[in-house]
Amino acid sequence: MYRYDDFDAAFIRARNAQFRAQVERRIDGSLTEDEFKPLRLMNGLYLQLHAYMLRVAIPYGTLNGARMRQLAYIAERWDKGYGHFTTRQNIQFNWPKLRDVPDMLDALAEVEMHAIQTSGNTIRNVTADHFAGAAADEIEDPRPVAELLRQWSTDHPEFQFLPRKFKIAVTGSPNDRAVTKAHDIGLRMVRDAAGAPGFEVIVGGGLGRTPMIGKVIRDFLPKADLLPYVEAIVSVYNLLGRRDNKYKARIKITVHEHGAEKIRALVEERFAQLRPQFSGVDQARLAGIEAHFAPPDFVSGPTDAYATERDTNPAFRSWSDTNLAPHRNPDYAIATISLKAHGGTPGDATAEQMRVMADLAERYAHDELRISHEQNVVLPHVHKSDLPAVYAALAKAGLATANIGLISDIIACPGMDYCALATARSIPVAQEIATRFGELRTEHDIGPLKIKISGCINACGHHHVGHIGILGLDRAGVENYQITLGGDGTETAAIGERAGPGFAYDEITPAIERLITGYLDLRSGPEETFIETYRRLGAAPFKAALYPESTRRNAA
Amino acid sequence: MSVIVTDTGFQPDDWTGGYVSPEDLPPDDAPPSPLAVALPSDAHPEALAGQLDRIAMIRVDFPGPADGRGFTIARRLRLMGFRGRLRAGGHVIADQYAMACRAGFDEVEIPDALAARQPEDQWLFRANWRDHDYQARLRLDPDATTPYTQR
Ligand code: SF4
Repeated sequence: MYRYDDFDAAFIRARNAQFRAQVERRIDGSLTEDEFKPLRLMNGLYLQLHAYMLRVAIPYGTLNGARMRQLAYIAERWDKGYGHFTTRQNIQFNWPKLRDVPDMLDALAEVEMHAIQTSGNTIRNVTADHFAGAAADEIEDPRPVAELLRQWSTDHPEFQFLPRKFKIAVTGSPNDRAVTKAHDIGLRMVRDAAGAPGFEVIVGGGLGRTPMIGKVIRDFLPKADLLPYVEAIVSVYNLLGRRDNKYKARIKITVHEHGAEKIRALVEERFAQLRPQFSGVDQARLAGIEAHFAPPDFVSGPTDAYATERDTNPAFRSWSDTNLAPHRNPDYAIATISLKAHGGTPGDATAEQMRVMADLAERYAHDELRISHEQNVVLPHVHKSDLPAVYAALAKAGLATANIGLISDIIACPGMDYCALATARSIPVAQEIATRFGELRTEHDIGPLKIKISGCINACGHHHVGHIGILGLDRAGVENYQITLGGDGTETAAIGERAGPGFAYDEITPAIERLITGYLDLRSGPEETFIETYRRLGAAPFKAALYPESTRRNAA
Repeated sequence: MSVIVTDTGFQPDDWTGGYVSPEDLPPDDAPPSPLAVALPSDAHPEALAGQLDRIAMIRVDFPGPADGRGFTIARRLRLMGFRGRLRAGGHVIADQYAMACRAGFDEVEIPDALAARQPEDQWLFRANWRDHDYQARLRLDPDATTPYTQR
């Protein structure tokens, strides 16, 4: 994991001192709320429905035990004893007081963390594959590049007041676990003909009210050209992006309005101008950063304990079926800790649970933790013989839900419970669906299925790329939920299609149930997943399951 | 009236020559006189290509503190080779002073009312803009003479 050097540490100290002064100047009136707003946003401080919210970056989703423990401490000391992990590998504290925030930031700095650029119209926390450095299918660990991008984008003088927020995601694997096609810039690691790693550069993806799949503007970008190329893209966008209409300000609209060809030409021209600025100092830094991400010293030893436990403990077997992923070292596994207990708030963890996860990371996972964009926590390197002990500890802390990738592993945005922009509740919808399928005990039979829920058109819950997407709207003061089908956030990215008229709050869970019953009837066998069946048959039979009356009416 | 901010603090505006817009630049063969150009925030700096050598000063307008186009404009002008005086003028706040300097501006021009609300000490607080600069660290070659800002 990356450790700050003196420069990073001094930077954070200076930045926190600046923000402390800005908070004081806001309180004494030197700064108007309008002027303070972009400054607090640059430091991760939002004004929510009921209170301020502090969004802390977990760069590329990587943490260690000490950092997780500090998050637990912050949650207890200045918040209500829990935190909420988000779809962009951040953690949010929902109840801080303005005056306490500078102290919270100092506490974060003690463990080399910050809240810089987690909001505002600037380059946001760079996200990466949560299995980075552990996945069996990886070309290279994308995190060193993500850290380089973090340093480059931090306090970048040109890009603190962009037309709109700007999100970058990096993946080092052909299997895209970082939703790169739904980001302002997506970087997908590929190899050139000679085998050298570089990036496919995708621009202009995004969800929100106008969902777009990003366009490839460079098939292969050598690694050494990354910073000038990304700088060229953001620089072109800064002048070209629309500032007259907030809803048309994201780069996806710029790309859409000007065309990918024109954007590519402008970027290449700008890149030619910027490339000489990067004389290789950045590559020397990258080499230094890469050293921080050297793989841990994997231990070798028998894995019989794992096999035995699977044979004798059905609960463990079920958990290991769903929550483990293949590690590049066959004696190891990647274990995902579900923050989606049936009926709980997706992504919430109590301070106590954070400490349990910190302990487990230190004891069994080479002191590494990851936060996934699916709002779960990952122990990336667990020796298989340790899995029974890990499972037992998780079970004791209420963290052993065996549902990763299943119907109750729902992404939901905060919605009406916290968010000032919400038009409907989303957390309670997720809770009800998860509880229902938990009772039915059918989710393991249903198999892989992604439900994603947003509480308004801004789509923070990524509903467009859910196999089943749920969007909560407000229709004349009443919550109304639209269902989309067939979305996909991976390398085969697709935007879901609207199924038909929306449903009232109390109709949504039965509607999902009809949809699932329909799928179980339609699938060719238990191994055909929901999305595969949908792709084979199209939307019609799913719509028929969802709207039985209208089908009957049409038939009559 | 307005106030000029530099690393040494506030001072009165010493530029009395006025400005022309990029479209109104006098022809190349006009008698030489100190030329100053005012660029709006939606300007394309490329419009000044080939003209930069005879321009003494460029003022880039900042209509509001959320409009960051001027930072990119300044960077481009510097990369295009402009070595004259570069001024950020308008609604720039003290917290943006470091960004302005790093992007290549020499000075910031703010209205008196803003100077009264954000007095000199709040600007001097960021006179250390050369410190803690990630950009310098990523591109400054210790042996080279052209830093990021090319000032
Ligand atoms: S989707 Fe809407 S309701 Fe949900 S967090 Fe985003 S802005 Fe808020």
